[in-house]
Amino acid sequence: MSFELTKLPYAYDALEPYIDAQTMEIHHQKHHGAYTNNLNAAVQGTAMEGKTIEQLLAGISALPVAVRNNGGGFYNHNLYWEIMAPGGAPAPEGDLAKAIDAAFGSYKEFKDAFTKAALTRFGSGWAWLVKQGDSLVISSTPNQDNPLMDLAEVKGTPILGVDVWEHAYYLKYQNRRPDYVEAFFSVINWDEVAKRFKG
Amino acid sequence: MSFTLPPLPYAIDALEPYISAKTLEFHHGKHHQAYVTNVNNLIVGTEFENANLETIIKKAEGGIFNNGAQVYNHTFYFEQFSPKAATEPSGALKAAIEKSFGSFDAFKEAFTKAAATLFGSGWVWLVKDATGALSIVQTSNAGCPLRDGLTPLMTCDVWEHAYYLDKQNLRPKYIEDFWKILDWKVVEGRF
Repeated sequence: MSFELTKLPYAYDALEPYIDAQTMEIHHQKHHGAYTNNLNAAVQGTAMEGKTIEQLLAGISALPVAVRNNGGGFYNHNLYWEIMAPGGAPAPEGDLAKAIDAAFGSYKEFKDAFTKAALTRFGSGWAWLVKQGDSLVISSTPNQDNPLMDLAEVKGTPILGVDVWEHAYYLKYQNRRPDYVEAFFSVINWDEVAKRFKG
Repeated sequence: MSFTLPPLPYAIDALEPYISAKTLEFHHGKHHQAYVTNVNNLIVGTEFENANLETIIKKAEGGIFNNGAQVYNHTFYFEQFSPKAATEPSGALKAAIEKSFGSFDAFKEAFTKAAATLFGSGWVWLVKDATGALSIVQTSNAGCPLRDGLTPLMTCDVWEHAYYLDKQNLRPKYIEDFWKILDWKVVEGRF
Protein backbone atom coordinates (compact mmCIF):
# COMPACT_ATOMS: atom_id res chain seq x y z
CA MET A 1 0.00 0.00 0.00
CA SER A 2 1.33 3.40 -0.78
CA PHE A 3 0.20 6.85 0.30
CA GLU A 4 -1.93 8.75 -2.16
CA LEU A 5 -2.38 12.41 -2.83
CA THR A 6 -6.10 12.90 -2.22
CA LYS A 7 -8.17 15.35 -4.20
CA LEU A 8 -9.18 18.57 -2.54
CA PRO A 9 -12.77 18.49 -1.18
CA TYR A 10 -13.47 21.69 -3.18
CA ALA A 11 -12.26 23.45 -6.33
CA TYR A 12 -8.90 25.23 -6.43
CA ASP A 13 -10.66 28.59 -6.64
CA ALA A 14 -13.19 27.80 -3.90
CA LEU A 15 -11.32 29.71 -1.20
CA GLU A 16 -10.96 32.91 -3.25
CA PRO A 17 -10.37 35.71 -2.42
CA TYR A 18 -8.78 34.51 0.83
CA ILE A 19 -6.52 31.92 -0.74
CA ASP A 20 -6.07 32.19 -4.49
CA ALA A 21 -6.48 29.37 -6.99
CA GLN A 22 -2.88 29.51 -8.22
CA THR A 23 -1.54 29.11 -4.70
CA MET A 24 -3.93 26.24 -4.00
CA GLU A 25 -3.03 24.41 -7.20
CA ILE A 26 0.75 24.65 -6.73
CA HIS A 27 0.47 23.97 -3.02
CA HIS A 28 -1.60 20.83 -3.55
CA GLN A 29 -0.17 19.39 -6.76
CA LYS A 30 3.48 20.35 -6.40
CA HIS A 31 4.25 20.69 -2.71
CA HIS A 32 1.83 18.15 -1.27
CA GLY A 33 2.42 15.91 -4.28
CA ALA A 34 6.18 15.97 -3.69
CA TYR A 35 5.80 15.13 0.01
CA THR A 36 3.58 12.20 -0.93
CA ASN A 37 5.99 10.86 -3.56
CA ASN A 38 9.01 11.34 -1.32
CA LEU A 39 7.27 9.63 1.61
CA ASN A 40 6.47 6.63 -0.55
CA ALA A 41 10.06 6.49 -1.79
CA ALA A 42 11.36 6.66 1.81
CA VAL A 43 9.22 3.79 3.16
CA GLN A 44 9.15 1.53 0.10
CA GLY A 45 10.91 -1.77 0.65
CA THR A 46 11.49 -1.12 4.36
CA ALA A 47 9.84 -2.36 7.55
CA MET A 48 7.87 0.92 7.53
CA GLU A 49 5.92 -0.09 4.44
CA GLY A 50 2.26 -0.79 5.23
CA LYS A 51 2.18 1.25 8.43
CA THR A 52 -0.37 4.04 8.71
CA ILE A 53 0.82 7.61 8.71
CA GLU A 54 -0.26 7.93 12.35
CA GLN A 55 1.86 4.90 13.28
CA LEU A 56 4.88 6.36 11.52
CA LEU A 57 4.47 9.76 13.19
CA ALA A 58 4.07 8.25 16.67
CA GLY A 59 7.53 6.68 16.42
CA ILE A 60 9.17 9.26 14.20
CA SER A 61 12.21 9.90 16.42
CA ALA A 62 13.54 6.45 15.49
CA LEU A 63 12.88 6.81 11.74
CA PRO A 64 14.91 8.45 8.94
CA VAL A 65 14.65 12.21 8.61
CA ALA A 66 13.09 11.80 5.14
CA VAL A 67 10.09 10.11 6.78
CA ARG A 68 9.83 12.86 9.38
CA ASN A 69 9.92 15.61 6.76
CA ASN A 70 7.78 14.00 4.09
CA GLY A 71 5.47 12.06 6.40
CA GLY A 72 4.81 15.27 8.31
CA GLY A 73 4.25 17.13 5.05
CA PHE A 74 1.86 14.44 3.83
CA TYR A 75 -0.22 14.41 7.04
CA ASN A 76 -0.19 18.15 7.71
CA HIS A 77 -1.45 19.11 4.27
CA ASN A 78 -4.22 16.50 4.39
CA LEU A 79 -5.41 18.12 7.61
CA TYR A 80 -5.00 21.65 6.25
CA TRP A 81 -7.15 21.05 3.15
CA GLU A 82 -9.88 19.39 5.20
CA ILE A 83 -10.16 22.00 7.93
CA MET A 84 -10.78 24.68 5.30
CA ALA A 85 -13.94 25.19 3.24
CA PRO A 86 -15.66 28.02 1.44
CA GLY A 87 -18.42 29.74 3.40
CA GLY A 88 -17.89 27.94 6.69
CA ALA A 89 -19.35 28.99 10.03
CA PRO A 90 -17.75 32.20 11.35
CA ALA A 91 -16.93 30.62 14.70
CA PRO A 92 -17.06 27.26 16.47
CA GLU A 93 -20.29 26.08 18.08
CA GLY A 94 -21.44 23.50 20.62
CA ASP A 95 -18.97 21.43 22.64
CA LEU A 96 -15.98 22.75 20.73
CA ALA A 97 -16.99 26.35 21.48
CA LYS A 98 -17.33 25.44 25.16
CA ALA A 99 -13.92 23.77 25.19
CA ILE A 100 -12.35 26.82 23.52
CA ASP A 101 -13.94 29.13 26.08
CA ALA A 102 -12.76 26.87 28.89
CA ALA A 103 -9.20 26.74 27.59
CA PHE A 104 -8.69 30.30 26.38
CA GLY A 105 -11.44 32.42 27.98
CA SER A 106 -13.27 33.29 24.77
CA TYR A 107 -13.15 32.75 21.02
CA LYS A 108 -11.50 36.15 20.65
CA GLU A 109 -8.73 35.19 23.06
CA PHE A 110 -8.27 31.87 21.27
CA LYS A 111 -8.02 33.65 17.94
CA ASP A 112 -5.44 36.10 19.30
CA ALA A 113 -3.32 33.32 20.80
CA PHE A 114 -3.50 31.13 17.69
CA THR A 115 -2.63 34.11 15.48
CA LYS A 116 0.32 34.96 17.70
CA ALA A 117 1.60 31.37 17.46
CA ALA A 118 1.31 31.54 13.66
CA LEU A 119 3.06 34.91 13.38
CA THR A 120 5.92 34.18 15.76
CA ARG A 121 6.90 30.84 14.22
CA PHE A 122 10.22 31.95 12.72
CA GLY A 123 10.99 30.33 9.38
CA SER A 124 8.82 27.53 8.00
CA GLY A 125 6.27 25.64 10.09
CA TRP A 126 2.75 25.32 11.43
CA ALA A 127 0.57 26.62 14.25
CA TRP A 128 -1.86 24.15 15.83
CA LEU A 129 -4.91 23.82 17.98
CA VAL A 130 -4.21 20.58 19.82
CA LYS A 131 -6.56 18.28 21.71
CA GLN A 132 -5.10 16.82 24.88
CA GLY A 133 -7.76 14.65 26.50
CA ASP A 134 -10.77 16.94 26.90
CA SER A 135 -8.62 20.03 26.91
CA LEU A 136 -7.19 22.27 24.18
CA VAL A 137 -3.81 23.94 23.80
CA ILE A 138 -2.10 25.99 21.08
CA SER A 139 1.36 25.14 19.82
CA SER A 140 3.61 25.65 16.84
CA THR A 141 6.13 23.35 15.19
CA PRO A 142 9.04 23.94 12.81
CA ASN A 143 9.08 22.73 9.20
CA GLN A 144 6.74 19.71 8.79
CA ASP A 145 6.75 18.51 12.40
CA ASN A 146 3.39 18.11 14.16
CA PRO A 147 1.90 17.27 17.56
CA LEU A 148 1.45 13.58 16.65
CA MET A 149 5.23 13.13 16.52
CA ASP A 150 6.83 11.62 19.59
CA LEU A 151 9.49 14.33 19.42
CA ALA A 152 7.03 17.26 19.50
CA GLU A 153 7.35 19.62 22.47
CA VAL A 154 3.55 19.75 22.74
CA LYS A 155 1.97 16.38 21.96
CA GLY A 156 -1.66 15.63 21.24
CA THR A 157 -4.16 15.42 18.39
CA PRO A 158 -4.10 18.40 16.04
CA ILE A 159 -7.65 19.51 15.19
CA LEU A 160 -6.80 22.77 13.42
CA GLY A 161 -3.57 23.83 11.74
CA VAL A 162 -2.35 26.76 9.69
CA ASP A 163 0.56 26.35 7.31
CA VAL A 164 3.02 29.24 7.68
CA TRP A 165 5.56 28.05 5.15
CA GLU A 166 5.95 30.97 2.76
CA HIS A 167 4.70 28.77 -0.09
CA ALA A 168 1.26 28.81 1.57
CA TYR A 169 0.82 32.54 1.04
CA TYR A 170 3.66 34.18 -0.86
CA LEU A 171 2.05 34.52 -4.31
CA LYS A 172 -0.87 36.48 -2.85
CA TYR A 173 0.42 38.00 0.38
CA GLN A 174 4.24 38.09 -0.08
CA ASN A 175 5.77 39.23 3.21
CA ARG A 176 2.38 39.95 4.81
CA ARG A 177 1.90 36.79 6.85
CA PRO A 178 -0.51 38.58 9.23
CA ASP A 179 -2.92 39.24 6.34
CA TYR A 180 -2.81 35.57 5.33
CA VAL A 181 -3.49 34.34 8.86
CA GLU A 182 -6.41 36.77 9.19
CA ALA A 183 -7.78 35.53 5.85
CA PHE A 184 -7.35 31.92 6.97
CA PHE A 185 -9.93 32.53 9.71
CA SER A 186 -12.49 33.30 6.99
CA VAL A 187 -12.17 29.82 5.47
CA ILE A 188 -11.93 27.58 8.54
CA ASN A 189 -14.34 24.64 8.30
CA TRP A 190 -15.47 24.61 11.95
CA ASP A 191 -17.72 21.59 11.35
CA GLU A 192 -14.65 19.56 10.42
CA VAL A 193 -12.68 20.90 13.39
CA ALA A 194 -15.60 19.94 15.69
CA LYS A 195 -15.62 16.45 14.17
CA ARG A 196 -11.93 16.06 14.93
CA PHE A 197 -12.50 17.40 18.45
CA LYS A 198 -15.12 14.71 19.08
CA GLY A 199 -12.55 12.19 17.81
CA MET B 1 23.76 51.35 17.89
CA SER B 2 21.06 51.53 15.31
CA PHE B 3 21.34 49.59 12.08
CA THR B 4 20.29 50.86 8.68
CA LEU B 5 19.30 49.02 5.53
CA PRO B 6 22.21 49.13 3.07
CA PRO B 7 21.05 50.04 -0.45
CA LEU B 8 21.38 47.38 -3.14
CA PRO B 9 24.70 47.80 -4.98
CA TYR B 10 22.85 47.63 -8.33
CA ALA B 11 19.51 48.68 -9.83
CA ILE B 12 16.41 46.81 -8.67
CA ASP B 13 16.00 45.22 -12.12
CA ALA B 14 19.72 44.55 -12.67
CA LEU B 15 19.49 40.82 -12.00
CA GLU B 16 16.63 40.19 -14.46
CA PRO B 17 15.71 37.67 -15.74
CA TYR B 18 17.39 35.52 -13.09
CA ILE B 19 16.00 37.36 -10.07
CA SER B 20 13.12 39.69 -10.86
CA ALA B 21 12.76 43.31 -9.78
CA LYS B 22 9.57 42.31 -7.98
CA THR B 23 11.37 39.67 -5.94
CA LEU B 24 14.11 42.15 -5.01
CA GLU B 25 11.56 44.81 -4.09
CA PHE B 26 10.07 42.49 -1.50
CA HIS B 27 13.25 40.70 -0.50
CA HIS B 28 15.27 43.87 0.06
CA GLY B 29 12.58 46.48 0.61
CA LYS B 30 10.31 44.43 2.88
CA HIS B 31 12.05 41.36 4.34
CA HIS B 32 15.54 42.82 4.79
CA GLN B 33 14.04 46.11 5.98
CA ALA B 34 11.83 44.30 8.52
CA TYR B 35 14.84 42.48 10.00
CA VAL B 36 16.63 45.85 10.38
CA THR B 37 13.60 47.47 12.01
CA ASN B 38 12.99 44.49 14.29
CA VAL B 39 16.56 44.17 15.55
CA ASN B 40 16.70 47.93 16.21
CA ASN B 41 13.54 47.68 18.31
CA LEU B 42 14.56 44.51 20.12
CA ILE B 43 18.03 45.63 21.26
CA VAL B 44 16.78 48.72 23.08
CA GLY B 45 17.53 48.38 26.78
CA THR B 46 19.46 45.12 26.36
CA GLU B 47 23.17 44.29 26.56
CA PHE B 48 23.19 44.38 22.76
CA GLU B 49 22.05 48.00 22.47
CA ASN B 50 25.52 49.14 21.37
CA ALA B 51 26.76 45.84 19.94
CA ASN B 52 27.74 45.29 16.33
CA LEU B 53 26.14 42.57 14.20
CA GLU B 54 29.01 40.15 14.68
CA THR B 55 28.63 40.28 18.46
CA ILE B 56 24.87 39.82 18.15
CA ILE B 57 25.37 36.81 15.87
CA LYS B 58 27.89 35.23 18.23
CA LYS B 59 26.13 35.88 21.53
CA ALA B 60 22.43 36.73 21.18
CA GLU B 61 19.49 34.32 21.28
CA GLY B 62 15.87 34.38 20.17
CA GLY B 63 14.50 37.39 18.32
CA ILE B 64 17.65 39.49 18.61
CA PHE B 65 19.74 36.72 17.08
CA ASN B 66 17.17 35.91 14.39
CA ASN B 67 16.74 39.48 13.21
CA GLY B 68 20.37 40.52 13.66
CA ALA B 69 21.68 37.49 11.78
CA GLN B 70 19.13 38.01 9.01
CA VAL B 71 20.35 41.61 8.59
CA TYR B 72 23.89 40.31 8.15
CA ASN B 73 22.93 37.34 5.96
CA HIS B 74 20.89 39.41 3.53
CA THR B 75 23.50 42.16 3.20
CA PHE B 76 26.07 39.45 2.52
CA TYR B 77 23.75 37.81 -0.03
CA PHE B 78 22.79 40.93 -1.99
CA GLU B 79 26.38 42.21 -2.17
CA GLN B 80 27.67 39.13 -3.99
CA PHE B 81 25.56 39.55 -7.15
CA SER B 82 26.28 41.48 -10.29
CA PRO B 83 24.60 41.70 -13.69
CA LYS B 84 28.11 41.36 -15.12
CA ALA B 85 29.30 38.64 -12.81
CA ALA B 86 32.61 36.82 -13.13
CA THR B 87 31.02 33.36 -13.21
CA GLU B 88 34.11 31.40 -12.18
CA PRO B 89 36.68 31.89 -9.45
CA SER B 90 40.31 32.58 -10.27
CA GLY B 91 43.68 32.77 -8.57
CA ALA B 92 44.13 31.72 -4.95
CA LEU B 93 40.39 31.13 -4.41
CA LYS B 94 40.23 28.83 -7.42
CA ALA B 95 43.21 26.90 -6.06
CA ALA B 96 41.61 26.66 -2.60
CA ILE B 97 38.33 25.36 -4.09
CA GLU B 98 40.20 22.76 -6.11
CA LYS B 99 42.15 21.70 -3.04
CA SER B 100 39.04 21.29 -0.89
CA PHE B 101 36.58 19.91 -3.47
CA GLY B 102 38.71 18.45 -6.26
CA SER B 103 37.45 20.83 -8.94
CA PHE B 104 35.20 23.84 -9.41
CA ASP B 105 32.57 21.60 -11.01
CA ALA B 106 32.65 19.20 -8.06
CA PHE B 107 32.24 22.15 -5.68
CA LYS B 108 29.37 23.55 -7.71
CA GLU B 109 27.63 20.20 -7.72
CA ALA B 110 28.02 19.74 -3.96
CA PHE B 111 26.85 23.27 -3.21
CA THR B 112 23.83 22.90 -5.51
CA LYS B 113 22.88 19.67 -3.78
CA ALA B 114 23.22 21.27 -0.34
CA ALA B 115 20.99 24.15 -1.43
CA ALA B 116 18.38 21.89 -3.02
CA THR B 117 18.12 19.55 -0.04
CA LEU B 118 18.02 21.99 2.88
CA PHE B 119 14.57 21.31 4.31
CA GLY B 120 12.54 24.37 5.24
CA SER B 121 13.99 27.88 5.43
CA GLY B 122 17.70 28.59 5.59
CA TRP B 123 21.00 29.31 3.94
CA VAL B 124 23.81 27.39 2.28
CA TRP B 125 27.32 28.75 2.62
CA LEU B 126 30.82 28.39 1.30
CA VAL B 127 33.01 28.96 4.36
CA LYS B 128 36.67 29.08 5.32
CA ASP B 129 37.89 27.71 8.63
CA ALA B 130 40.85 28.77 10.77
CA THR B 131 43.22 26.53 8.80
CA GLY B 132 42.15 28.07 5.49
CA ALA B 133 40.25 24.97 4.36
CA LEU B 134 36.95 25.51 2.56
CA SER B 135 33.70 23.67 3.18
CA ILE B 136 29.97 23.87 2.51
CA VAL B 137 27.57 24.33 5.43
CA GLN B 138 23.79 24.50 5.69
CA THR B 139 22.12 26.67 8.33
CA SER B 140 18.45 26.70 9.26
CA ASN B 141 16.36 29.85 9.40
CA ALA B 142 18.66 32.73 10.44
CA GLY B 143 21.71 30.56 11.13
CA CYS B 144 25.07 32.15 10.27
CA PRO B 145 28.52 30.50 10.17
CA LEU B 146 30.08 33.41 12.08
CA ARG B 147 28.48 31.93 15.19
CA ASP B 148 30.64 28.82 14.76
CA GLY B 149 33.85 30.76 14.16
CA LEU B 150 33.79 30.19 10.39
CA THR B 151 34.38 32.86 7.76
CA PRO B 152 31.55 33.00 5.22
CA LEU B 153 32.64 33.53 1.60
CA MET B 154 29.35 33.29 -0.25
CA THR B 155 25.78 32.17 0.39
CA CYS B 156 22.53 31.10 -1.21
CA ASP B 157 19.28 32.08 0.48
CA VAL B 158 16.82 29.20 0.22
CA TRP B 159 13.98 30.75 2.18
CA GLU B 160 11.02 30.48 -0.19
CA HIS B 161 10.69 34.27 -0.23
CA ALA B 162 14.00 34.40 -2.15
CA TYR B 163 12.47 32.72 -5.20
CA TYR B 164 8.78 31.98 -4.85
CA LEU B 165 7.46 34.87 -6.97
CA ASP B 166 9.79 33.89 -9.82
CA LYS B 167 10.09 30.12 -9.54
CA GLN B 168 7.39 28.91 -7.09
CA ASN B 169 8.24 25.36 -5.99
CA LEU B 170 11.12 25.05 -8.46
CA ARG B 171 14.01 25.70 -6.10
CA PRO B 172 16.50 23.88 -8.39
CA LYS B 173 15.74 26.39 -11.16
CA TYR B 174 16.47 29.26 -8.76
CA ILE B 175 19.80 27.70 -7.79
CA GLU B 176 20.69 27.21 -11.46
CA ASP B 177 20.05 30.92 -12.09
CA PHE B 178 21.90 31.88 -8.90
CA TRP B 179 25.19 30.76 -10.50
CA LYS B 180 24.66 33.16 -13.44
CA ILE B 181 24.70 36.30 -11.28
CA LEU B 182 27.04 35.25 -8.48
CA ASP B 183 30.10 37.46 -8.88
CA TRP B 184 33.22 35.51 -7.99
CA LYS B 185 35.21 38.78 -7.92
CA VAL B 186 33.24 39.68 -4.76
CA VAL B 187 33.84 36.23 -3.29
CA GLU B 188 37.57 36.53 -4.01
CA GLY B 189 37.62 39.84 -2.15
CA ARG B 190 36.12 38.11 0.90
CA PHE B 191 38.59 35.23 0.60
